Amino acid sequence: MKRLLALILALTVVAGPALAVLPEEQLKDPVLEARARHLSKELRCVVCQNQTIDDSDAPLAADLRAILRERLTAGDTDEQAKAYLVQRYGDFVLLKPPINPATLFLWFGPALLLLGGAFGVWRYWRGRSVVAPAPLDPDEQARLKALLSETS
Amino acid sequence: MRRLAFIVPVVVFLGIAAVMAIGLGRDPKILPSMLIGKPLPAFNLPDVRTGTGGRGLASSDFEGKPGLINVFASWCVSCRIEHPFLMRLKAEGVSIHGLNWKDKGDAGARWLTQFGDPYDRVGYDPTGRTGINLGVTGAPETFVIDKKGVVRYRHVGPVDPETWTTTLKPLLDKLEAEA
Repeated sequence: MKRLLALILALTVVAGPALAVLPEEQLKDPVLEARARHLSKELRCVVCQNQTIDDSDAPLAADLRAILRERLTAGDTDEQAKAYLVQRYGDFVLLKPPINPATLFLWFGPALLLLGGAFGVWRYWRGRSVVAPAPLDPDEQARLKALLSETS
Repeated sequence: MRRLAFIVPVVVFLGIAAVMAIGLGRDPKILPSMLIGKPLPAFNLPDVRTGTGGRGLASSDFEGKPGLINVFASWCVSCRIEHPFLMRLKAEGVSIHGLNWKDKGDAGARWLTQFGDPYDRVGYDPTGRTGINLGVTGAPETFVIDKKGVVRYRHVGPVDPETWTTTLKPLLDKLEAEA
């Protein structure tokens, strides 16, 4: 039992995230390969959509990984290699979308809502403290005096 | 001022509700095509079928005549569903060009022999590169190309009678009438 537990524990430690990148896909040049790995973590698999092309087993993701490596080998900069895919699949292929009119709300919407909420809370608290009771008019003062003298 | 305190949250709510309603109404799996309004990327593919005299499909085949490119593959289940309707269109005299995408060997040719061949021309794209240049994310997809070889529309998923009568056919007629 202990042995089994130890084995399970050991396997859990060893198991890293499953990567779909196959050994034969990798470039010989370690620098280029590192760049390709780094870039493919920023690129979305357009079939499965919520995985990077690095993680995806989809055949199209494998094609995109191969294209990425081809572009890098051909001397593209990181930006050029990304632009090559954006030309075909649009900004959607980037997991981190660029800031443009269509994505402004995506980028700044949450901050805007937070600011709005903070403003609402501030207004609420200020409103509560600002409403000071009006001073008593002469009639009320007379009644108050009468009541106080009654109890004392 | 008092009234504003009631109106502002209502307006904000309606705004958010509108954005979300639009979001819910859209199929997130369908990406906008980058090619709409742009000329077809250059390609010149061989035919997967034998005995067709080596005529494949090239990007220059669309000059002077609007046309359809239907992306299909023998491994694609939805293509099997779409296929009978393409055969019907062929029987009605509609010219459809095929792009046999990421199929191995003569799998595409065998598919056409087995189920019937609705295509005028077929380009064989075993590496999938032409498909990727077209921004294809899966099969089937159908592109409408105008007389100048410019991509005008992309339909994702099987072509069915409804898509055909409401979208593709009217667009083709319009492109046919264009100068």
